Amino acid sequence: MNPIQKFFDKIEPLFEKGGKYEKYYTLYEGHRTILFRPKLVTGKKGVQVRDGNDLKRMMITVVLAMVPCLLFGIWNVGHQHFLAIGETASFMSKIGVGALQVLPIVIVSYAAGLSTEFTICVIRNHPVNEGYLVTGMLIALIMPPNIPLWQVALATVFAVIIAKEVFGGTGMNILNVALTARAFLYFAYPTDISGSVWTYIGDATPIDSYSGATALAVAYDTAVNGSGTVLSAFANYWAEGMYTFKNMFLGAIPGSVGETSTLCALVGALILIITRVGSWKIIFSVFAGAWLMGLGFNALGLNAFMEMPAHYHLVIGGLAFGAVFMATDPVSASHTETGKWIYGFLIGILTVVIRVVNPAYPEGIMLAILLMNVFAPLIDHYVVQSNKNRRLKRATV
Amino acid sequence: MSQTIKLKKGFDINLAGKAQNNVTDAGNPETFAIKPTDFPSITRPKLLVEEGDKVKAGTPVLFDKMTDKVLHCSPVSGEIVEVKRGAKRKLLEVKILADKEIEYHTHKTYSSSDLKSLSKEDAVEQMLKGGVWPNLVQRPYGIISNADETPKAIFVSCFDSHPLAPDYNITLKGQDEAFKAGLEVLKKLTDGKVHLNVSADRDNPAMFTQAEGVQINKISGKHPAGNVGVQIHHIDPIGKGDLIWTINPYGIAQIGKLFLEGKYDASKIVALTGSEVKNPQYYKSFTGSSIKNMVKDNIKSDHVRYISGNVLTGERIDADGYISFYDNQVTVIPEGDFEELLGWIKPTTSKLSFHRAIGLLSFMNPNKEYVLNTNTNGEERAFVMTGEFEKVLPMDILPTYLFKAIMAEDFDEMEALGIFEIIEEDVALCEFIDVSKHDLQGILRKGINLMING
Repeated sequence: MNPIQKFFDKIEPLFEKGGKYEKYYTLYEGHRTILFRPKLVTGKKGVQVRDGNDLKRMMITVVLAMVPCLLFGIWNVGHQHFLAIGETASFMSKIGVGALQVLPIVIVSYAAGLSTEFTICVIRNHPVNEGYLVTGMLIALIMPPNIPLWQVALATVFAVIIAKEVFGGTGMNILNVALTARAFLYFAYPTDISGSVWTYIGDATPIDSYSGATALAVAYDTAVNGSGTVLSAFANYWAEGMYTFKNMFLGAIPGSVGETSTLCALVGALILIITRVGSWKIIFSVFAGAWLMGLGFNALGLNAFMEMPAHYHLVIGGLAFGAVFMATDPVSASHTETGKWIYGFLIGILTVVIRVVNPAYPEGIMLAILLMNVFAPLIDHYVVQSNKNRRLKRATV
Repeated sequence: MSQTIKLKKGFDINLAGKAQNNVTDAGNPETFAIKPTDFPSITRPKLLVEEGDKVKAGTPVLFDKMTDKVLHCSPVSGEIVEVKRGAKRKLLEVKILADKEIEYHTHKTYSSSDLKSLSKEDAVEQMLKGGVWPNLVQRPYGIISNADETPKAIFVSCFDSHPLAPDYNITLKGQDEAFKAGLEVLKKLTDGKVHLNVSADRDNPAMFTQAEGVQINKISGKHPAGNVGVQIHHIDPIGKGDLIWTINPYGIAQIGKLFLEGKYDASKIVALTGSEVKNPQYYKSFTGSSIKNMVKDNIKSDHVRYISGNVLTGERIDADGYISFYDNQVTVIPEGDFEELLGWIKPTTSKLSFHRAIGLLSFMNPNKEYVLNTNTNGEERAFVMTGEFEKVLPMDILPTYLFKAIMAEDFDEMEALGIFEIIEEDVALCEFIDVSKHDLQGILRKGINLMING
């Protein structure tokens, strides 16, 4: 027997009923099952063998799909930093600066979220769920690089409790937990999550021409101030070549830690689709909805933002990241297969509508997904109803 | 008339330990048992015998108080040696010590030509008394049919698509006459059609394909294509108020023998399968027979699970346990009660999975024969994944919504979402692939019981 198993066996009586720490049994079990697949077997009746997959493996698959976004994000935070202060730097020093800024956010997100989760599991005596493996990484990746760490912690605790645990824990929530954290910051600390937080400057001084405006802010500003097209405003941005289509697709632009690269999000999408963990229907229909809405606005053409070529909508802001990792959350998304098409499509449409029409919120994907989270049960209701109606039609009584 | 149905959804669990095509006689075991627990509808069993009584093969042993016309009969002749009861005196097993030579309780015999003129009433009477009636299972609910009702159709699935399932070419070999006679009787029980559903993908015995006066449908696809509930759904679906009876081909042959030979013949060919069997093959056996003789010196290791039936719908039994009424298969697989270091994340080619989450590589090797143990490969969790159950249930049903309706005990929802159309075997694959490891068959039976008892 493995020495770790021996250790666990030795301490097990402390956590069992009547033991000194019986209240913390769920923590003991949670740790043991992370190290060892448990020895549970199938029952007397029912299936005698089980599929090799479990929720832990599903979740870790999503985390792995996010790794390209995380690694790119670390580099990009450093890259933007040196661009803004007008220095050229080596690949490694960009990684160094980025890692120092990003990894603490990841650590704080996991630490705050897992402690909240563990505390609630102990209080309510239910097993530790693996959902937070994904949520922890998601929260870190949608934070601006300049975010104060205490805000990360606060938002995380808020989201885990209010968006998830009050509904009954993993699998019961209505809203996407990570997006709730982001929305909390957005409304509670608006000054800290807008303006020039998208680039990490630190103690250095940015060059004179520097502006931290994101592509969405530039596009919106052009529409409001009415000078020229969005594309020409992109071309005149202080950093040359920043907002070309190609560069925005690759993701070397200011923005939240992990959301800037459409390419990396698509690599994640590929992993999710091949492993069949994420719904390709949702991913595809979000992109389709956004693009079609962009085309619709092109036809309408009331201001410069509306006239921006539709395909630019797919690479600016967090649309790709949201489509791939947020919209596909199976718990808060539509649960029926037909519903997934509608759900994704409406997210795409709403994202672009919020971006272009709503003056208060430059980025639409967060609110679009949260809004559709709320509407997903309604969509499902009608899909389920049509299934019931088909059955009713052939009833003989 | 005849239909061909192609099913795209489903999943074949390819296991090691397929039975070789030969039939062996392991010698009759000494003990047999009748298990009321084989029948989900039996709630209040009443014994007709006591310990120490002598019985013949076909002597009524018990009945259910709710359906008192249906008699459950002894498979062999001998002495009642034990009446085993569980908690709250629930009747579990009636054990019979068998005679060396089987003596039969006799019934009226008919020639094949007589059978044509046999009246429905006389047929039903003999079937109820003769011990063969429990072969008739009604939909909705998957319980023993009520002899006072008339179904709109009778469905027979003529192939078994479960893992390592036996082949009717072997288990019913030489029983063509009995099958034909049984079918003749069956046709009297419905005003509608008798449907024989054969496989479009394999060799079917001639007794099925050449049967007369019935509708023969061809079904192709992966498991659960062989489930009669799936076939009904596509051929003549059950709505509210509909009643369909189902029976398997073994049951038809048994009915045939009751009328041709005048006896309740409980002998059957049983496939002994599974990765832990040294010599997987077919055995001459009986309903309710102990598996002791066939597994003796025939198992590779000592830490195994014996299953009456297959790995999806079967039931764990002891090494000297008894074959259930509806089963003609015994499966032996390794127990999985051990921990595995980082077993939830390690890449593996040895665990079979319908999914493709990171490290689960079985999809790359669909023809491999897997050795699966009884480990659950994870703990029970809330429902998280969506859209997966639908991929292994080739019916227009939304399983997750139905399960949630059952958990909420919402009768209207259960009915509206199709609880009349499915029984445990139909959701067994959903249970197998469930990443949240729910007892879905148990949940469904709970819902069905709610519907029956109101």
